[in-house]
Amino acid sequence: MSLLTTFKLAIRALWRNKVRTLLTMIGIVFGIGAVIAMVSSGQGAQLAVKQVFQSMGTNVLIVTNQSMRGGGPSTGGGGGASLTWEDLTALQAEEIPTIKWMAPVLDSRTQVVSEEANWNTRVYGTNATWFKIRNWEAAEGTLLDEDTGNSNAKVTVIGKTVATQLFGTASPIGQTIRVNGQPYEVIGVLTAKGQGPMGDNDDAMVIPVKTFQQKIDRGIAKYFRGQLLVSMTRDDAAEQTMAKISSILRDRHKLDGSQEDDFRIRNPAEWAKAQQDSTERIATLLAIVAAVSLLIGGIGVMNIMLVSVIERTREIGIRMAVGAKPLDVMTQFLVEAIVLAAVGGALGVALGYGAAHYMAGYFGWPMIFPAKTAAIAFAVSGGVGVGFGLYPAIRASRLDPITALRYET
Amino acid sequence: MTTPLIEMRAIERTYVMGDNLVHALRGVDLTIDKGSSIAIMGTSGSGKSTMMNIMGCLDQPTKGSYLLNGKDVSRLSRSQLADVRGRMIGFVFQSFNLLSRTSALENVEMPLMYQGVSSADRHKRARQALERVNLAGREHHHTNQLSGGQQQRVAIARALVTEAPVIMADEPTGNLDSKTSFEVMAILQGLVDEGKTVILVTHEADIAAYASRVVTLRDGLIIEDRQQTPVKAGEVAA
Repeated sequence: MSLLTTFKLAIRALWRNKVRTLLTMIGIVFGIGAVIAMVSSGQGAQLAVKQVFQSMGTNVLIVTNQSMRGGGPSTGGGGGASLTWEDLTALQAEEIPTIKWMAPVLDSRTQVVSEEANWNTRVYGTNATWFKIRNWEAAEGTLLDEDTGNSNAKVTVIGKTVATQLFGTASPIGQTIRVNGQPYEVIGVLTAKGQGPMGDNDDAMVIPVKTFQQKIDRGIAKYFRGQLLVSMTRDDAAEQTMAKISSILRDRHKLDGSQEDDFRIRNPAEWAKAQQDSTERIATLLAIVAAVSLLIGGIGVMNIMLVSVIERTREIGIRMAVGAKPLDVMTQFLVEAIVLAAVGGALGVALGYGAAHYMAGYFGWPMIFPAKTAAIAFAVSGGVGVGFGLYPAIRASRLDPITALRYET
Repeated sequence: MTTPLIEMRAIERTYVMGDNLVHALRGVDLTIDKGSSIAIMGTSGSGKSTMMNIMGCLDQPTKGSYLLNGKDVSRLSRSQLADVRGRMIGFVFQSFNLLSRTSALENVEMPLMYQGVSSADRHKRARQALERVNLAGREHHHTNQLSGGQQQRVAIARALVTEAPVIMADEPTGNLDSKTSFEVMAILQGLVDEGKTVILVTHEADIAAYASRVVTLRDGLIIEDRQQTPVKAGEVAA
């Protein structure tokens, strides 16, 4: 019998038992769907972590006080702070060879106001170097430069989100934003960066660090209550650089061997690596669970095919009586199982794609369609059809036509 | 001298049933010429079903040789036997043995599928076969929508479609009322007139009366083999 005829026959037989066909297929559909959704999400999550890491700037270390308070303006007093502005100057003066740039960052969540609107955003006080470390360009206007960055000028560079919230579609350049009653002239708008580890990267307003101290922290203090961003010349210089910074600061803070650091040096690359590792582990685990569900789907196919062979014993007998060879009978059942698995597989790929797309949107990570995985999953479902369809098919082909013809259902 | 269509020599068939050996056929010699009609009679347990299975190439003899159209088929593989069945034998069963939820046309086409006949050819030949059994216009009825007589005629069409020289009819009227039985027998007799060899397997003398030769089996041996003038089913029906 020609293969085409066999296929037609298989499709007709499956069509005759629509409900059963559908139920059998569901196992495969969900198996394949789960594999694709899980692998896609896993890869998406990993990429998201990677992007977050990249948006923070690569080769960066962050030096802070031991007890960092998140958010809000730091107000007076010495509580918790140990780093001083002089420490920063000293570090700068050391000219550590693995350090490329350094930039202090102060920040505060504050209400900012334009003529038309107001908005709550994070205000950063820093200098021109910060933009280099964060690899951030101006979309419009200019960034803080050496002069403005180190002055106490009331100028600001704003993120896309702030620009949109305060000025809508109009150009913000030359406009005024008021913070704590003080007017700041907008000199630039940053390119859009999207989501970062702390939320929307573009929800930011940058002013010179000195201006920040005077107008937002209300006065120049001895202690430094922000983050010192340090960018390194090489990827592999982190340990060396951390040790160097640490020894300079310990020296300056007069800490002896038994005392712990009163500052903290963090390496986001390490954190990102750890994040990535754990996402990868979860992704692998989910993929395994999905693969198991695919296997169970396959066993479902075998189960139904076995039932089908028994139920159709009489039919097999008739076919053999009119000239079907054992091979014809085997092929027929095998092709039925393959068609079942292949159609289920195709639906599964579609379902997996849909689910992955939904999850990507929901969790805000990039949608990756794992084409390779889809191809493999599809091949596996075909393999499941062959693998789990073979045994029932062989059983069918071994039936004795006389017994089969006499079989009462 | 022409070779006989069927030539069985010293056919024996033994089954193992648990610890016992059952001798279904104990040495049967039978020669059937092409174009004849023959009834194989016997009570249940006489060996007539075994005889039919072997003649129809569904089963093989334990001993002896079976020449079908001059070719020894008693030692063929299952696959070769299936091929011989497809080309040489058309079956008509008591319980029709049609595929349910399948159209008459598809049922009739089925044997041709296994001979690799193209789809267009299959349709054409199946339609012609259905016309021969007066079922033109019922091609697309599902078999379960047809009456018993119609179903048996579909089965006959299926036996005819391959142009097989031998029609094996196992109690073909066993599930039919007497009027429908006449119709079915009339069709089968018509086939003999066209040159087919029709083998009826039955325990009813009424049915055997339609054949020109009656072979009676008992306990695995032929006890009687006689010629007769067959009753014409067409005349009885009329």
